[in-house]
Amino acid sequence: MEEVAFFVGAIGAIGGAIAVIALRNPFYSVLALVVHLVALAGLFLILHAEFLAAAQVVVYAGAVMVLYVFVAAYVGGVEEPIWEPIPGQRLLAPVLAAALFAELSIAVLGTALTAFDSEGPTIQAGFGSPAAIGELLLEKFLIVFEAASLLLLVAAVGAIVLAGRKQEAS
Amino acid sequence: MSATTYGWLVLAFPLAGSMITAFGWRALPGRSTGWIATGAIGLAFCASIGALVDLLDHPVEERQLTSSLYDYASASGLDIDLGILVDPLAVLMCLIVSGVSALIHLYSVAYMTSDQGFARFFSYLNFFVFSMLLLVLAGNYVLLIVGWAFVGFASYALISFWYRRTTATQAGMKAFVINVIGDIGLVLAAFLLFRELGTFDYLEVFDGASAAFSPDEGVVVAICLLLCLGAFAKSAQLPLHTWLPDAMEGPTPVSALIHAATMVTAGVYLIARSHPLFELAPTAADIAAFVGLATLLFAATVALAVVDLKRIIAYSTMSQIGYMIVGVSIGAYSAGLFHLMTHAFFKALLFMAAGSVIAAMANVQDTNRISGFRRAMPFTSALLIVGALALAAFPGTSGFFSKDEIIAYAVERGGIHIVLAVGMYVGAVLTAIYAFRIGFRVVAGPPCEEARELEWGRLPHAEPVNPATGESEDADVGFPGSEHHIAEREPVMRVPMALLGFGALFGGLIQIPGVTHVLDSFLEGSFEDSALYGIHPSTGDAWLGLAFGGLISIVGIAIAYYVWVARRGVGPRLAERFRHLHDFLFNKWYFDELFDALFYRPLIATGRFANSVVERVVVDGLVETAVGVVRGFGSIVRGAQTGFVRAYALLLVTGFAALGLYFLVVST
Amino acid sequence: MDVTWYLVLSALLFAIGAGGVLIRRSPLVILLCLELMLNAGNLALIAFARAHGNEEGQVFALVVMVVAACEVVVGLGLIVAMFRRRLPLNVDDMRELRG
Repeated sequence: MEEVAFFVGAIGAIGGAIAVIALRNPFYSVLALVVHLVALAGLFLILHAEFLAAAQVVVYAGAVMVLYVFVAAYVGGVEEPIWEPIPGQRLLAPVLAAALFAELSIAVLGTALTAFDSEGPTIQAGFGSPAAIGELLLEKFLIVFEAASLLLLVAAVGAIVLAGRKQEAS
Repeated sequence: MSATTYGWLVLAFPLAGSMITAFGWRALPGRSTGWIATGAIGLAFCASIGALVDLLDHPVEERQLTSSLYDYASASGLDIDLGILVDPLAVLMCLIVSGVSALIHLYSVAYMTSDQGFARFFSYLNFFVFSMLLLVLAGNYVLLIVGWAFVGFASYALISFWYRRTTATQAGMKAFVINVIGDIGLVLAAFLLFRELGTFDYLEVFDGASAAFSPDEGVVVAICLLLCLGAFAKSAQLPLHTWLPDAMEGPTPVSALIHAATMVTAGVYLIARSHPLFELAPTAADIAAFVGLATLLFAATVALAVVDLKRIIAYSTMSQIGYMIVGVSIGAYSAGLFHLMTHAFFKALLFMAAGSVIAAMANVQDTNRISGFRRAMPFTSALLIVGALALAAFPGTSGFFSKDEIIAYAVERGGIHIVLAVGMYVGAVLTAIYAFRIGFRVVAGPPCEEARELEWGRLPHAEPVNPATGESEDADVGFPGSEHHIAEREPVMRVPMALLGFGALFGGLIQIPGVTHVLDSFLEGSFEDSALYGIHPSTGDAWLGLAFGGLISIVGIAIAYYVWVARRGVGPRLAERFRHLHDFLFNKWYFDELFDALFYRPLIATGRFANSVVERVVVDGLVETAVGVVRGFGSIVRGAQTGFVRAYALLLVTGFAALGLYFLVVST
Repeated sequence: MDVTWYLVLSALLFAIGAGGVLIRRSPLVILLCLELMLNAGNLALIAFARAHGNEEGQVFALVVMVVAACEVVVGLGLIVAMFRRRLPLNVDDMRELRG
């Protein structure tokens, strides 16, 4: 059962990812990413990360992607030109991406760490629950938590500054 | 007070005078800088007398007193101290230098009034006297070189005193460059001395020289020849003489002091001081003597032809110093120094009188235009004749006794020195002729226009021009002042002239052969280690020489009278008949042109070559090549800077992949 | 499922995202591909959390999400500013770094 769920989620994720990079219209790419994110949320669930799955759907797929949708609608679907000005880029990019994948896979598969060969230790109930995450956030990772909020504040201010700048004669 | 304390005072007074006038001239009104400077030298003269008196208190063997102010350098075998040596030779030189300088300072106070650089003049003049006294009082070769260099600087500063005249500044530079060539010789000699004997101190060097060197050994001959190089540059002997005539661009008191009485005698002093070394190197001494002879004859011939009044006197200085060089080179130390003293008297007097004449002529120095001042300027004319008599060695004058004593000594030593004696007698004839060329030109004959005006009581005035080139000038700082001062109107000028005239006439009485020998016995304290000092011609031989000298002097004066008074047209007719000889003499034997071709032009050509080939092609080429290489590399690297963000991202990912590959490989 | 599967999947998604960043020219799509890479990283983190048996990896992934959100905000703000200035929305046209 778990395997089926895994493969469904995996195919959804991979499909969404390939759609993002392949589709010409940026709006469609945005939508493909939404699919990808939801598939990933499913995978998170299988991994007993309930809170994070929920956060992924609500925050990421819900808020962030809505932002993307707005901007894509505002900016419009600009078709990209066909001709590639950088020589060799079209060839090297897939090659390098494949090389990257190969290296990482070799690293993962050939690792001497035996822990990866199993599902992982038995976990108690409440693993990945909001309570557990909250406890960690407020106790062990308090400073991280505060820093993250500060970062959010800075980003909000930055957005206002960027968006509020008067349009200069261009 | 001991003699050495007086020695330090002798040095301190002129230095103080120089500094006070240099820094305080704004606060000192009118001519007070001149009086302060004169007073400083006067005090130095008194201190010299004090040193003399104290020195005479010591027995003859103990008259070499040293004193050191502090250790100048003391490291690994090098031991130089700021020390002076007060001995009869030094004291004699101090007396001559300070005495004649004091009189010239006094003369200058009147002569240089109205010059805008009055205070600067006296500061330089005092500094010069300080340097000269340092030179003669120095107790080791290093301090000698210091004094030597200071004197060279002071000479340069004073020759170029009227610095807005290009001729003056060029003459100053010429003098300085030639002096530096001499300095090189002196410094090299000092190095060699240190290498051989390990010390610079006079007394130690002279004591150790006879033990360290065998007679005429290569090293000691080299040392003496290098010392001669320095001496000849400073004393304007062949071939380093070309600066002295040009140095007449300086004011007349400067010519009187530096280029007659004191600085140019420094070479003579050097040879006399280093006599133990020269006695160990007879070859070098003979070479020096013959150079002195050659200079003597050369200068005497040129003095017959040149026309500028001050330059005639300059060549006469060169000639008389030739006599002194011969004297101290062959061992006639007291005779040479006696001639130095008498020459200081009559040469300074001649220059002072010439200054008065030139002032009366409104700065014209051409002897073809000067004539007949005997009624207009009786005092100047009289003293000019006195100086000329002494220069011509007329019987009874000081020059008579001193010059002929040298010649008598040369005859006494025999051998090759007879040649020197004969040459010196020939020179004496020529000397008498040109001395009275000056004398009769200025004094006798119909009065020239300026003389006539002066008889009527009007001092002639003309637009200020450069006497050599005729360019017009103004009377502001850097050019001569607007007023001209003649002795008849300035008592301050008459006093020193009279005193020097007295010395020129009667100064010879201290060394009458067989009767008085003041200098001989006095200088014995410095020369007791000399083998040659004791040689004296017998009184009979000496008087024979004196008689012969007096005779040829009168003959010379008679010839001059014939040419320039009795038959006035003879001079130009002779110049016409012997046109080429006259031109040769007039152009100073073409020495300047020779040096120009030998040294100046090749150097300039080398410089041009260095600029066009070495600089442009080699150096610039190298630099350009280096730049080109760097630029080439740069443009290769710049190829990677496309500006495309995606290209950079590609490089990023490539790097990451490579790194990953590396770690994978390493971990297996 | 072994943790290894999740890690390999994460590597694949990461590689796809990297390729997308290199290939695409619109800034908007490049940002999307960046999101892909970030999410691949999140997946790996959560897989490791499962492998270790504690939730620290999940907290890490949460913070990564926060950072991603901030980055998106600023990035989209830039794109909007570019659009408002009528600059071409093409990464290749911004060559000021050329030297």
